[in-house]
Amino acid sequence: MTLETRTRPAVDRAPLRREGPAKLTGTALYTDDLVFPGAWYGLTIRSTEAHARLLGIELDPAFDWSRVVVVTAADIPGPNIVNAIQDDQPILVADEIRHHAEPVALVAAPDRGLLREAAAHVNVRTESLEPVLDPLLSERVFAHYEIVSGDIAAGFEEATVVVEGEYRVGHQEQLYIENNAMIAVPRDDGGVAVHGSLQCPYYVHKALRRSLLLSDAQAQVIQAETGGGFGGKEEYPSILALHAALLARACGRPVRMIYDRHEDIAATTKRHPAIVKYRSGVSAAGRLVAQDIEIVMDGGAYCTLSPVVLSRGTLHSGGPYACPNVRIRSRAVATNTPPNGAFRGFGAPQTEFAAEMQVNRIADTLGVSPLELRRRWLYRPGDSTPTGQVLRESVAAEEVLDRAAEAAEFERVRARTADARASRAEGGSRGGRGSHLAHGIGLALAWHGAGFTGSGEVHLASVASVELTAEGRILILIGSTEMGQGTKTIFPQLVAAALGVPMDDVELAEVDTALVPDSGPTVASRTAMVVGGLVIGACRRLRAVVEERSGGPFPETYLVDARVHGATRIDEHFEPYPGIDFDDTTYRGDAYPAFGWASAIAEVDVDLDTGEVAVRSVVAADDVGRVIHPVLAEGQVEGGTLQAVGYATIEEIKLRDGRYLNDRLATYLIPTALDAPRIETILVEAPFSGAPHGAKGIGELPMDVGAPAVVAAIHDATGVWIHDLPASPERILAALAVAGTAAP
Amino acid sequence: MTVRFRVNDDSVELTVPGARRLLDVLREDLGLTGTKEGCGEGECGACTVLLDGEVVDSCLVPISQVDGHAVRTVEGLAPRRPSQAEPATPGDLNELQRAFLETGGAQCGICTPGMLMAGEAFLASGAAPTDEAIRTAIAGNLCRCTGYTKIVEAIALAASRCQPAGAG
Repeated sequence: MTLETRTRPAVDRAPLRREGPAKLTGTALYTDDLVFPGAWYGLTIRSTEAHARLLGIELDPAFDWSRVVVVTAADIPGPNIVNAIQDDQPILVADEIRHHAEPVALVAAPDRGLLREAAAHVNVRTESLEPVLDPLLSERVFAHYEIVSGDIAAGFEEATVVVEGEYRVGHQEQLYIENNAMIAVPRDDGGVAVHGSLQCPYYVHKALRRSLLLSDAQAQVIQAETGGGFGGKEEYPSILALHAALLARACGRPVRMIYDRHEDIAATTKRHPAIVKYRSGVSAAGRLVAQDIEIVMDGGAYCTLSPVVLSRGTLHSGGPYACPNVRIRSRAVATNTPPNGAFRGFGAPQTEFAAEMQVNRIADTLGVSPLELRRRWLYRPGDSTPTGQVLRESVAAEEVLDRAAEAAEFERVRARTADARASRAEGGSRGGRGSHLAHGIGLALAWHGAGFTGSGEVHLASVASVELTAEGRILILIGSTEMGQGTKTIFPQLVAAALGVPMDDVELAEVDTALVPDSGPTVASRTAMVVGGLVIGACRRLRAVVEERSGGPFPETYLVDARVHGATRIDEHFEPYPGIDFDDTTYRGDAYPAFGWASAIAEVDVDLDTGEVAVRSVVAADDVGRVIHPVLAEGQVEGGTLQAVGYATIEEIKLRDGRYLNDRLATYLIPTALDAPRIETILVEAPFSGAPHGAKGIGELPMDVGAPAVVAAIHDATGVWIHDLPASPERILAALAVAGTAAP
Repeated sequence: MTVRFRVNDDSVELTVPGARRLLDVLREDLGLTGTKEGCGEGECGACTVLLDGEVVDSCLVPISQVDGHAVRTVEGLAPRRPSQAEPATPGDLNELQRAFLETGGAQCGICTPGMLMAGEAFLASGAAPTDEAIRTAIAGNLCRCTGYTKIVEAIALAASRCQPAGAG
């Protein structure tokens, strides 16, 4: 084929995962696979108390300290602060220990044996202080919000039925299978390069620059292949990179800091626990006329991202339902527990669990089908949200609900389970699936704001670049990271389609802050929508430039253009979505440029003797705006659904005195292939006009609906409501005992 | 102690402490970093390899127990061993790897090597590839990305291609 005769390829809807062959042959290089000759091993000395004054770090004089390096707060060249929203978290404790497993000192040594020996000779002297462990008793508030629309008192006056509820959800561990890992390598210019497992290279970059007093070029962040993130590698890698870099600076060599599972669970961030209270009023005509909601989230010892997690949780707490009178009050508070942070859904799964529990309980109270009640109340185009945002387009609540209900045959199954329940109540057979098993079906519906909250995207000011190289290749330069979702596949796909070139001619630059611009963090399901939109915009401009110069269509002229003119690079900067406006001070306006919509219907078997729940199937219908790659999109829904099923049934962190008790994989359980339900995914497309390709994001949607659907199914099976997650056998048996239905 | 064993197609002789984990020997002594560590206590299965064809967690196997035996790792699956100069392509993959690629069975990829080895052992067993049988075969391998749906599909697909039509 000559250079000039290539023709536009058909758009490939499901190309093979770009980095798939490397992952499948074991040649993809994750952080711990990288070899740096002469590298030392680093270790963190952590607090063993939830709250204490640090009196001193003593090095045993009997040990030969010349063979290792030790770093304490005094060795930090710049501010002893992990860069985040507030400047409250130290890189290493200087005076006050605020949580168990808090980093106090760092040690590096040329081999692991010596490292362990050295660590055993470090003595941390402390004086215990009284910890605050109950978020309801905490007086330290990281953030608080109040959203009011309509007249809440008038709403309750109109109500003929009022349902109240309090719901509690606990910590959840992201449990990516690759633990947090970072390797710091000193640079010749006095700076440091870090290679790590991370979602947000420019968060790490900023943290290094600030606390190590480095220039842009001196701080270099390179993403290694990343074995899952789910939010757990959003903000946490900043502190780990700082630790590794401080040690590398101290010993003048590369330093490897690869957490083992125990340290990863004990020390890194979790999903925020929350306590959510509702009071909902329904009018005689069956309309939802008042919602009074109070949210308390436990941020843990430091602020991290809590204000933003709380904000998203607050904005989603009304659920996808029109209601004229709403008051939402929320706060995120400090406790002496390890800091909580980002996790898929980012505050919304907590409050939407509560919102959906509330709707299901109202349906139960009214004696109405939960499907029918939702059809009455759900958002339709033209409705307003509690912040006054008018939902003008891309509203698919009804469609996802109906598609899921149809596929799961919701009403038919529900009629059957109702019969079985009635028959059990009469003392007859306990149902057809075995004498002690009760079958149930449950439903949930959710919305999820696409991209950053409020004016977040404007503040991020993301950049994405596309370059026609002098060699005639197309190079995508973005800071968005691949961690399993398919970034490395969908971007070449989008670019190939936008330029009309073969996908094989499109390359992605390595995610290295020395090469790629700051495209914003890889979080908030924003990559496909926001960065994808920027990349398409860059392609359109590149196409116009080349076509202007050549006078012919891009696919037929770009190779000649590259030969003649050399490289052409387009940097596309984020522009606010037209007509989208949010006031961060009053919390009025368009909280998100668009929303994704999700419904899940779960079927469960509950063992009435043991309280054990088996989730048999989940039908998940998710509106993602536009499907870019159906296989990858289904993968996101399936994986998110199982994380939600785990959240609903088995995932729980137990604490004693502020310490996680089950901080190993033998004791923190996640679902296996045998625990996983059969998942049927229905992808719905209600495109968002603000994105050139219509995509709205997908990663977090399934996380919002799985847990309330499972708990509703448990209720359908047993007749009892479980208000707290997880719906463990203990909680189910206790509820059955209270209800008096555990016998005969 | 000195141990002699086979890894994929190679014979290996090493002098190492007998209690050294097979996982560390593979990753650090032999540079076979395809096998991953996820928990170090036999819970996650990321380090799964085949020892004389049997599925084992290499983090729980002291190297002394490998003396005289044969180990198969993810590096031994593809007919051609990829290199930095010649990275793996879809054409290099074996039947099971190819099925994972087509169905979307690998996402972040960190559980994938272990999952592939468990899948290989299942295919080699000749068991009927029912959904339940496949799920049981990979029950010791945790995946946090896929919800397992596409992994089960991949193994079933590979099984259907490995067996002649009408067989099994």
